Amino acid sequence: MNFLQYLINGVSIGAVYAIIALGYTMVYGIAKMLNFAHGDVIMVGAYISYCVTSYLGLPAVLGVLIAMAVCTLLGVLIEGLAYKPLRGTSSLAVLITAIGISYFLQNGAQLIWGSAPKNFASIVTFAPLKLFSGRLTITGEVIITILASILIMVALTLFTGKTRMGKAMRAVSEDRDAAQLMGINVNRTISMTFAIGSALAAIAGVLLCSAVPTLQPTTGSMPGIRAFTAAVFGGIGSIPGAMLGGILLGVIETFSKAYFSTQFSDAIVFLVLILVLLVKPAGLMGKAVQEKV
Amino acid sequence: MMKRFFDCVNRNRSAAMTYGLVIVFYIVMQTLASQRMLTRSVTGYLVPICVYIVLAVSLNLVVGISGELSLGHAGFMGVGAFAGIVAAACLRSFIPNDFLLLLAALVVGGILAGFAGLLIGIPVLRLRGDYLAIVTLAFGEILKNIVGNLYIGLDAKGLHFALNAEGIHMDPAGKMILSGALGATGIQKLSTFFMGFLLILFTLFVVLNLINSKEGRAIKAVRDNYIAAESVGINTTAFRMKAFVVSAFLAGMAGALYGLNYSAVAASKFGFTTSIDILVFVVLGGMGNILGSVISAAVLYVIPEAMRGLADYRMILYAVVLIVVMLCTWSPAVKNRIAMVTEKFTSKFRRKEAACHE
Amino acid sequence: MKKVVSLALAAVMAASMLAGCGGEKPAANSSATEKASAQAGGVIKVGNSGPLTNDYAMYGKAVEYGLKLGFEEINAKGGLQYEVRVEDDEGDSEMAVNSFNTLMDWGMQIMAGPTTSGCAVTIGSNCAEDHVFMLTPSGSDPNIIATGDNVFQVAFTDPNQGLVTADYISMNYKDSKIGLIYESSNPYSVGVRDTFVSEAKTKGLNVVCEESYTSDNKADLSTQVTKCQAAGCDLVFMPIYSVEGAQILTYANKIGYEPLFVGCDGLDGILAVEGFDPKLAEGVLLLTPFDATADDERVQEFVKNYTEKFGVVPNQFAADAYDAAYIIDQACQAAGVTADMDYQQVCDKVVEQMLTMTYSGITGETMTWQADGAVSKLPKAVKVENGVYVTAD
Repeated sequence: MNFLQYLINGVSIGAVYAIIALGYTMVYGIAKMLNFAHGDVIMVGAYISYCVTSYLGLPAVLGVLIAMAVCTLLGVLIEGLAYKPLRGTSSLAVLITAIGISYFLQNGAQLIWGSAPKNFASIVTFAPLKLFSGRLTITGEVIITILASILIMVALTLFTGKTRMGKAMRAVSEDRDAAQLMGINVNRTISMTFAIGSALAAIAGVLLCSAVPTLQPTTGSMPGIRAFTAAVFGGIGSIPGAMLGGILLGVIETFSKAYFSTQFSDAIVFLVLILVLLVKPAGLMGKAVQEKV
Repeated sequence: MMKRFFDCVNRNRSAAMTYGLVIVFYIVMQTLASQRMLTRSVTGYLVPICVYIVLAVSLNLVVGISGELSLGHAGFMGVGAFAGIVAAACLRSFIPNDFLLLLAALVVGGILAGFAGLLIGIPVLRLRGDYLAIVTLAFGEILKNIVGNLYIGLDAKGLHFALNAEGIHMDPAGKMILSGALGATGIQKLSTFFMGFLLILFTLFVVLNLINSKEGRAIKAVRDNYIAAESVGINTTAFRMKAFVVSAFLAGMAGALYGLNYSAVAASKFGFTTSIDILVFVVLGGMGNILGSVISAAVLYVIPEAMRGLADYRMILYAVVLIVVMLCTWSPAVKNRIAMVTEKFTSKFRRKEAACHE
Repeated sequence: MKKVVSLALAAVMAASMLAGCGGEKPAANSSATEKASAQAGGVIKVGNSGPLTNDYAMYGKAVEYGLKLGFEEINAKGGLQYEVRVEDDEGDSEMAVNSFNTLMDWGMQIMAGPTTSGCAVTIGSNCAEDHVFMLTPSGSDPNIIATGDNVFQVAFTDPNQGLVTADYISMNYKDSKIGLIYESSNPYSVGVRDTFVSEAKTKGLNVVCEESYTSDNKADLSTQVTKCQAAGCDLVFMPIYSVEGAQILTYANKIGYEPLFVGCDGLDGILAVEGFDPKLAEGVLLLTPFDATADDERVQEFVKNYTEKFGVVPNQFAADAYDAAYIIDQACQAAGVTADMDYQQVCDKVVEQMLTMTYSGITGETMTWQADGAVSKLPKAVKVENGVYVTAD
């Protein structure tokens, strides 16, 4: 029974990682950059949602929607001001700029909302499910998070597979120059990717803080790194890969805490990651691209 | 033939400039310090600046020359720091001279970090690009997690290791060198600016020689196109491995110098954040540009300190500075704009000058 | 282009270095003018360094606010005048040394910091070398005061807390199955845990489950709680901070796990976490020197002024810092310290006073200090009932 409880806990935190990882992987696949500020966009999303619900007293759904809108705007703004001018230069230059943005968002949040943490009120209001005479508990957050992650994955898969914009994204990710020659507006496509990725970050922020109520300016940074790990684990650039990587990472993390040691769980998680990458150097679902001269 | 000759001269000139800058910097600082013209804070920056210069130059060997993104450089620094601290504590009774003791600690720190680099390099260098980056990050975090839970005590019988406080069974006279999350405490501060200066010179000597050697050129070939390099018979893994281990070795020495500069050092310092800081120095100074790494490490270390007066706005302004500098140095559009403005400015100036002459 | 950039960077470096060198002169000047004004009643410069950014910023800020409020009140009374300067050390030893040097350049005479234990251990040795009087408001590791005879603490030491908790549990809940959740990357948490575990062994307490987390993976603590539940613990001891405490209580409530939760002074402030439902903390047992909801008049006034001024309810860090301000003032007055003394003279005089004086403040009655720098005061056991602390027996 404990095993099941751990599994559920693991899938739950894993689903949050998965949603964040989906944002990472989309941006990586299309803009070919590691957006280390992604985790901080999550934090901003959570703060916006917190303000809307706690200070303005509006319903939680509105909080999520406004957070998504603000984050979308923020994502497009960041992309336009900081990343776009660096397009076509070294990917490391963009990486460092992303780190600058990350510092900026964290310290800006501290100036606006203060350093004292806030306890995020969960957006899920229905009671936890108790099974087997209370020995197994599935909280409402777990159900919502898992459903949301599946929904988002399916929607993204359909979007990239069926719509015009989605196909343009795939084309840009495959070969940017060729896509441009075919008449695709590369800049607009990349902006669109950032918009979607940041909207997902807002959802991830609300779900993360619903499951784990602490909200402070550094809330997004560690889950962000974990999610980046998850995206690489699943094969960066692959949408189902990010989903699988996120869930697996959450489960591995929880099981290593449950059955080995809480003291060394960080080491165990990263060790498993390394072992997997040694066997499958492009991640679980990544394509091994044969490079040509 | 001629081109090669000029390349050689150019290269040597840039190397000479790098050495020269470091030596001038040392002499100026040392003179000012001996005349008591430096504030305490500036004097306090000297050793950490040396440490970060060595870290940046050694990371540049991996990132700039080999072309591999490593996000775990601080891990090697940590191994070096704690190895150096333990070595200094153990060897104190054998080596009475502080300078020699520090030197020994640096060598031990370097060797252990180099060994860690070798162990990590074997699996890591089978990967490429972002997969390699994530694995170096993972190794950095594993090292931090383990060292953060490691207890080392020293008594008459020798060293004792354990993974929690209860596990150490020492004589009552024994001394804890490393105690878990708190890190190493009661360290005898041995580091000096002079040793930092020597370490920079040593690092430059090793790295510049490696870059300009036959192997170095091979490494650069590997970076630019490893498939092409392989097809003409260059064993890429061996060269990448060499660069990786040398880089870890130097980072370990810098770590030992760092560890012995403070009375207490905690494992939490050697995580992802510090690795990223070092990477920022390298990218801002220019990939593969050793002189750039030296300058940017020193400047970027001093900037946040110089901004202390801004209180709460310090870190946010540092972030803005970082972004703006990145855009100004890397973005083609921004660079063109700057060039246009300066052009306009100088031409106006010239016109004025010309008018004066008439 | 590269060359231009390198040159520009070099110029900036040279300029900032010169700025650093130039800093000497104005400092010398100001110390001269200070001496002149000191005769007419100058200010005593008190410094502090703490994490004002990054993960632990809330604690650094609380200490900053507590010190500022305390010295503001003291200045308003007339008598000795103080100036406080707080530097950001990011909770990192290296930055703490830089902060300390910056403060020394400024002319600091008394060090009322650092805030975190790790930094306090580092700076303790600096203060001992330079002979600067140091009183850390919230640093609680015993290694801090071991660095020198002029280093003192306001908060009681970690081993002391572990000891008192183990005593309290063995007296009142001897037969319970005890679970332990602590932060293995935090010296404070580990310090309390170490003494608690060894004391529990000698007292024959039944610790069945010991779990930890690190600052990197504290986002998800559900497994640790589930493990305690699975092991059948009816008492969970958490020597951790209030933020993670709130997280654990929230999750335990969700899964319907209701053991007796016991905490130390770090858990104090849990009722003040913005957005936290105090109902979840019902029945939590705390050993704390400070209680923001206490009836005591001084405490009430402190909480009111602090909340008005800074917009947040003070926690124990703020209270310790506030007391530190008054302790420094009391010692300085009794020792006859004046603003024109250099930091070494101040140190000698204040240390002498610290060893003989008694201080009563908001974090403890009749505090005295031992020669090693540790404070002797006892934590009060309080229980949360109807959203406020009541004294537990």
